[in-house]
Amino acid sequence: MNYVPHTSEDRSEMLKTIGVSSIDELFSDVPSQVKLDRKLNLPPAMSEFQLMKYMSDLAGKNTTTDRMVSFLGAGVYDHYVPSVVKHIISRSEFYTSYTPYQAEVSQGMLQSIFEYQTLMCELTAMDISNASLYDGATAITEAAMMASRLTRKQEVIISQAVHPDYRRTLRTYAHNLELNVTEVPFKDGSTDIKAIRDLVSDSTACVILQSPNFFGCIENMALAAEAAHEKKALFVACVDPISLGIIAPPGEYGADIAVGEAQGLGIPMGFGGPHLGFMTCRKEHMRQMPGRVAGETHDNQGRRGYLLTLQAREQHIRRDRATSNICSNQALCALAATVYLSWLGKQGIKEVAEQCVAKAHYACEKLSEIPGFERKHSAPFFKEFAVKTPVNPEKLCKGLLEASILGGLPLGRFYSGLSDSMLVAVTEKRTKGEIDALCRALEGLV
Amino acid sequence: MSMPLIFEKSKPGRKAYSLPELDVPKNESPDLLPDWAIRKQNASLPEISEVDLVRHYTELSRRNFGVDQGFYPLGSCTMKYNPKVNEDVAALSGFNNIHPYQPEELVQGALQLMYEFGRDLCEISGMHEASLQPAAGAHGELTGLMLIRAYHESRGEGKKRTKVIVPDSAHGTNPASAAFCGYRVVEVKSDEQGGVNLDSLREVISDDVAALMLTNPNTLGLFDENVTEIAEIVHNAGGLLYYDGANMNAIVGVVRPGDMGFDVLHYNVHKTFSTPHGGGGPGCGAIAVKKILAPFLPVPVVDKQGDLYTLNYDRPQSIGMVKGFYGNFNVMVKGFAYIRSLGAEGLRRVAETAVLNANYIMRRLEKYYNLPYDRHCKHEFVIDASRQLQYGVHTNDIAKALLDLGFHAPTVYFPLIVREAMMIEPTETESKETLDAFIEAMIEIAQLAETSPEKLQTAPHNTVVGRLDDVTAARRPILRWTPPEE
Repeated sequence: MNYVPHTSEDRSEMLKTIGVSSIDELFSDVPSQVKLDRKLNLPPAMSEFQLMKYMSDLAGKNTTTDRMVSFLGAGVYDHYVPSVVKHIISRSEFYTSYTPYQAEVSQGMLQSIFEYQTLMCELTAMDISNASLYDGATAITEAAMMASRLTRKQEVIISQAVHPDYRRTLRTYAHNLELNVTEVPFKDGSTDIKAIRDLVSDSTACVILQSPNFFGCIENMALAAEAAHEKKALFVACVDPISLGIIAPPGEYGADIAVGEAQGLGIPMGFGGPHLGFMTCRKEHMRQMPGRVAGETHDNQGRRGYLLTLQAREQHIRRDRATSNICSNQALCALAATVYLSWLGKQGIKEVAEQCVAKAHYACEKLSEIPGFERKHSAPFFKEFAVKTPVNPEKLCKGLLEASILGGLPLGRFYSGLSDSMLVAVTEKRTKGEIDALCRALEGLV
Repeated sequence: MSMPLIFEKSKPGRKAYSLPELDVPKNESPDLLPDWAIRKQNASLPEISEVDLVRHYTELSRRNFGVDQGFYPLGSCTMKYNPKVNEDVAALSGFNNIHPYQPEELVQGALQLMYEFGRDLCEISGMHEASLQPAAGAHGELTGLMLIRAYHESRGEGKKRTKVIVPDSAHGTNPASAAFCGYRVVEVKSDEQGGVNLDSLREVISDDVAALMLTNPNTLGLFDENVTEIAEIVHNAGGLLYYDGANMNAIVGVVRPGDMGFDVLHYNVHKTFSTPHGGGGPGCGAIAVKKILAPFLPVPVVDKQGDLYTLNYDRPQSIGMVKGFYGNFNVMVKGFAYIRSLGAEGLRRVAETAVLNANYIMRRLEKYYNLPYDRHCKHEFVIDASRQLQYGVHTNDIAKALLDLGFHAPTVYFPLIVREAMMIEPTETESKETLDAFIEAMIEIAQLAETSPEKLQTAPHNTVVGRLDDVTAARRPILRWTPPEE
């Protein structure tokens, strides 16, 4: 295919205007010894029809959740994506634009970012939101670096019950910045608060907990925040925005920074990305926040308008002293979340959360009735829980595939001490029939 | 007129959503969720009907300018046409409704795509191995620098090599990424030709340098002819070379960073390979490296064993992960589709035409605007408003006047080394007619600067809002909506 509109006549006229005889001449500044003296070794070009066929064949080699009932979560969830979301983010005025540097012709994107920021502040009960970060893993990492800048301290305490990929990402970044990351153990699926108290010290920049944590357990965030604040460390809460329909938000238990993964807000699982990292914080920490921020202002006739603001924090102004190196973020995913949350509204977010709780608890109860199965932990949970299985969970998952069920995550993959358990996620999309079928299939496998 | 916010259209009791009836018995036990875990105050999300929701965001979209609306010569951002077929293939269920932790046997298509995309990216850049994990260009930069750091550490030189050299013309993300990798940034000056000043480079190079970051062509749109000398100077001192791939659109198929001597590069898949910019993301900042850096790549790496594609986490020297899972997969799908639809010749034609278009505009505008570096440019070029300053007209005024005439503005006030800079990147997908119309608009503005500068100084006039007050916005930030007080 070819998206170049030039005719050969156009080309010669343009070359003439430039004053050269060939396009090659325009590349005369490229040293000949490094120039590529052959064609790139790539498969032959495809027409649109060939491409569609080739890509459809590749897509067809994946087994989708259209054909399987999914109980797999672990940070990426099979929530319902309403049609309106797909239609709005498919408006090419949005998706073919870039970062709204020219505010006067970007009011659509800027206003929707401003609305997104308001929605995220409302959900998390915090003061300030940025315009998005890459994902949950990098959001936690940015929060740790932000806390270190705010406190001028280098020690980060994070619970082992935080998503393993998030902790791994944090460690990768921390290594280069000489941040010391200490992991707090968990007991019965919940972070050991006493261990936080023992570890936190005057050199602690922040304490990071996730709730619901990787095992689905709702953590006692208020106690953890208190333990952090006693030593003047900041408290970073990593939360599932869907849970905030009914679960206490970070602003209600004294978090200084709230972050998380907002894939559940209208974004497909998509093999792990693009998803949506978010960050909200308290007002006094605003100028150390990473990422883009939209603000309200007025034009020269007093009309309300929006623009990117607080840019003195950012890389294109502050260069090596910026609060982050982030430039492109996840704007279109943030727009999806904005539309999704507006679609749900005040009642809908509660109802989705309530349905998750009800269905997950029904599933947990039913699974526990199968001989040999029991819930692994005792803390309250939201939409996900670990279940101890009488047979190796990997083997069970293989068996479940026969019944077109995508089972939970065998926890041994990340926690050697939990190799007898499987992490089961139940969203509002699952039906009683599907949950019962999961139980029947498991009964047949043990 | 001011456009209401979604919150201002809210009315208690309205709703757009629908959920199935709860079909499981509801456990009303208070132990289920203890009091301390429950939210005290509801989140005030808007209450709105579906049709009003759709109209609201449709109206907002009409207040936004994208590539589909018109010419978008935003320098260094490569705002080319985003082929529709790529949107369609990326929307296939097989690429969307799959979970990253699904068993590998059930995602062979996705893994094959990632594997082949990685191979293509290596061939196009002259590198040996790739990682698709970074989410955007700046993220790729940071990851690439982490690899460089890991490389030096593996040779016992981690502590010694503390500096990264960045030219004064570099993208702001370069120094920021270096700082976030724990490096001290040393700036080198540009020479009269707009390239790296070799004497200045020789002065700062020593055995404490970890790497030099370079964009070539640089942000002036100029190809640094001394690139092999630069590579030699840095390599001789034991440093490595980082290639900022933001400007790959100028050279794809013509010359490869690997052949120029670079050790690692990032791509902006959303620039070079036409995936839409999404109003500021998501992008894909895939990186490709020479063999010496391959052991340090983030995990997992997609491997091929026989006919089976696998995710390999067993890379003992890996830096770890730089984000969750495998990267912005859906963006990879579009980038891959683009490469496969163009093929080798199509990609080379991209670079050639992008360069032709940029030189054409540059030559036609040099009579009207100051051209600080008078050489063939590559895919973009920089002019400035120094001639218009005498009439009190600044670059920002010119940018805003362009909006009135139906064009997006160029990148302005960048690179920092040119005062009142305008960086213009037309891309290859724009026809001569579009370029001519833009040129006419720029000429008209240059004439207006002389005859009625006030018209430019108060622009834009035809947009949904006029020039916005950014000073007040930064001084007294209003970053969220709050309900009016009763």
